[in-house]
Amino acid sequence: MSDEIRTILKEHGRLSADATTLGDDADLYKVGMTSHASVNVMLALEAKFDIEFPDRMLKRSVFETIASIREAVEELTSGR
Amino acid sequence: MEHDPSPASRSLPTLPEIRGTGAFTLVGGDVVDVAQVAQSIATFGDRYLRRVFTDREVSHCTAGGRDPAPHLAARFAAKEATFKALRPGDASLDWRWIEVRPRADGSCGLRLYRGMRALAKRRGVRRLELSMSHDGAYAIAIVVGDVSLPPSTTGSSRDNLRRTHRR
Repeated sequence: MSDEIRTILKEHGRLSADATTLGDDADLYKVGMTSHASVNVMLALEAKFDIEFPDRMLKRSVFETIASIREAVEELTSGR
Repeated sequence: MEHDPSPASRSLPTLPEIRGTGAFTLVGGDVVDVAQVAQSIATFGDRYLRRVFTDREVSHCTAGGRDPAPHLAARFAAKEATFKALRPGDASLDWRWIEVRPRADGSCGLRLYRGMRALAKRRGVRRLELSMSHDGAYAIAIVVGDVSLPPSTTGSSRDNLRRTHRR
C-alpha cells in the first residue's frame, strides 16, 4: 500500500522531493505539498482504493506523512 | 467513542492579543495557481467540485459558460485564508463549511457553516472580511477578522474569554 500511496503522491502531491524515496514519516508539507495538492491526493486515493474520506479525516495530520495516510486508508478499507 | 469533527471542543492555537485592549485582529492569506485548479477539474471533474465547493459557488463560477478556474481558484484561496485566520489547529474541517457569497455591490463575503461557524463563534469573531483577486496564472485572497471583548466584559468573565483565545 505504501508504494501505491507514493505513486499517488508523485503524481498529485507536487512535492519538491521524490516521493518514491521519501521516508514513511517525512513531513509532506515540508517538502512542498500545498493544501490544494492535498485535495488532489485525497481524491486520487479515493479513486485508487474505492473509499471516501469522511469529515473526521479531513484534517492536516491525516495527510502529513505517508504513514498517516496509510493508517487512514487501512482504517477505511478494513473489514472488506 | 464517536469522534467529534467540530473544532468547538478542541484546544486551539493562541491568538496574538493587541496588548491590554482585549482586541484581536485575525489575518489569513493564500495564493493559488489557477492552472492547478483547472487541472484538478480536468482530472477529477465533479468529484473535485463537489468535495471542495458548495453548489452555489459552482453555479456562480460556471455561469454564462465562462472559464470557472480563476474564480474557483480565488475561492479556494479564500477558504484557505479563512483557515489561516481562524487557526483551527488539527481540527477536522470541510472546505464546504466556508462559502464565498457575492454581495450586491460586487464585493464578496464569507458565510460559515457547521464546524467553521462553531470555530468562529469560539474565537469570538465579530466580523470577517474578504478580498479576492486573480490575474493570469494566480488567484489570491486575504481574510481579516475582528475579535474584541466587549467593554462591559470585566473581571473574571473577561479573563475567561482571554483564556479561550490563549488555548
